[in-house]
Amino acid sequence: MKDTTRDTKALERELEEELHSTGYGTYILVWLGLIGLTAITVTVAGLNLGSFALIAALIIATVKSALVVNYFMHIKFDTPIFKIFVTICIIVVLTIFIITFFDYLYREPLI
Amino acid sequence: MSNDSTDVTIAKSESHSHVHRDDAGSKMGMWLFLFTEVLLFGGMFLAYATYRFMYPQDFVNAALRLDPILGAVNTVILLTSSLSVVLSITALQKNKKNLSLVYLSITMLLALTFLVIKYFEWSHKFELGIYPKGPALESFAQGGKLFFGLYYLMTGLHGLHVVIGMTFIGFMMYFISKNKQTAHNHQRTENAGLYWHLVDLIWIFLFPLFYLVH
Repeated sequence: MKDTTRDTKALERELEEELHSTGYGTYILVWLGLIGLTAITVTVAGLNLGSFALIAALIIATVKSALVVNYFMHIKFDTPIFKIFVTICIIVVLTIFIITFFDYLYREPLI
Repeated sequence: MSNDSTDVTIAKSESHSHVHRDDAGSKMGMWLFLFTEVLLFGGMFLAYATYRFMYPQDFVNAALRLDPILGAVNTVILLTSSLSVVLSITALQKNKKNLSLVYLSITMLLALTFLVIKYFEWSHKFELGIYPKGPALESFAQGGKLFFGLYYLMTGLHGLHVVIGMTFIGFMMYFISKNKQTAHNHQRTENAGLYWHLVDLIWIFLFPLFYLVH
């Protein structure tokens, strides 16, 4: 009887791992996307976009990060607790940035 | 032969199934650590942002000294090294130990290539006198000095993370070869992978902010 429980557990574990493991194909597609976005960011930097160039570069970098975090770092397939954790991390970092920028913008000029 | 040894390991690990192992806790610990890393680099990105807004033209002029092609090549190298890490973990999950080790070796080789390119970039700058208190950098405008100060600090700290990541992955290769990381027990290898992807993530932002300033 003990053996059967162990077998069921092993089977459950295998099923769980099957669900969590993405095939090689998905990863290669994500990688191709990342390489494509790198090519785009280099091309966009070559155009004369003025102040929009920085925003474009940051948007592309953010999309690349989302691909890495969701697929390579597995967050898309993780339990909700990890998704919540990463979301809180992003909010904390963004808050620090926004608060610092307000300080920077409304401060008496240093130079 | 390798199949036999894996079977033995599985049998062993199952007979010791009472041994406590908290994979989710281990992963959460790694994510917490990664968050502190994001804060560490985040502070530097903040410094970069404020100085870039203070000296926009100086930053553009200084960035012309960096080679965007080398930066782009290094970006592709790091992205590919991240791919080989996830492929290695997938192979390990499918019980293909040797394939898993091959993929991690590819990651190590790519990481080494990244560092070699970085070494040539830095030594070329040193030859031109572009280093803190170097003759050429002293003649730069204030914003240019700050740009290169941040460049050396941020790519240097990132390079240190590449070395630490390689050490981490090196240990995992040893554990995999000794069957201590297997298809059913691979959280440590996943943690090494998470660390490596973070190193990749930081470079994704460093590349456009230093090499593609217009």
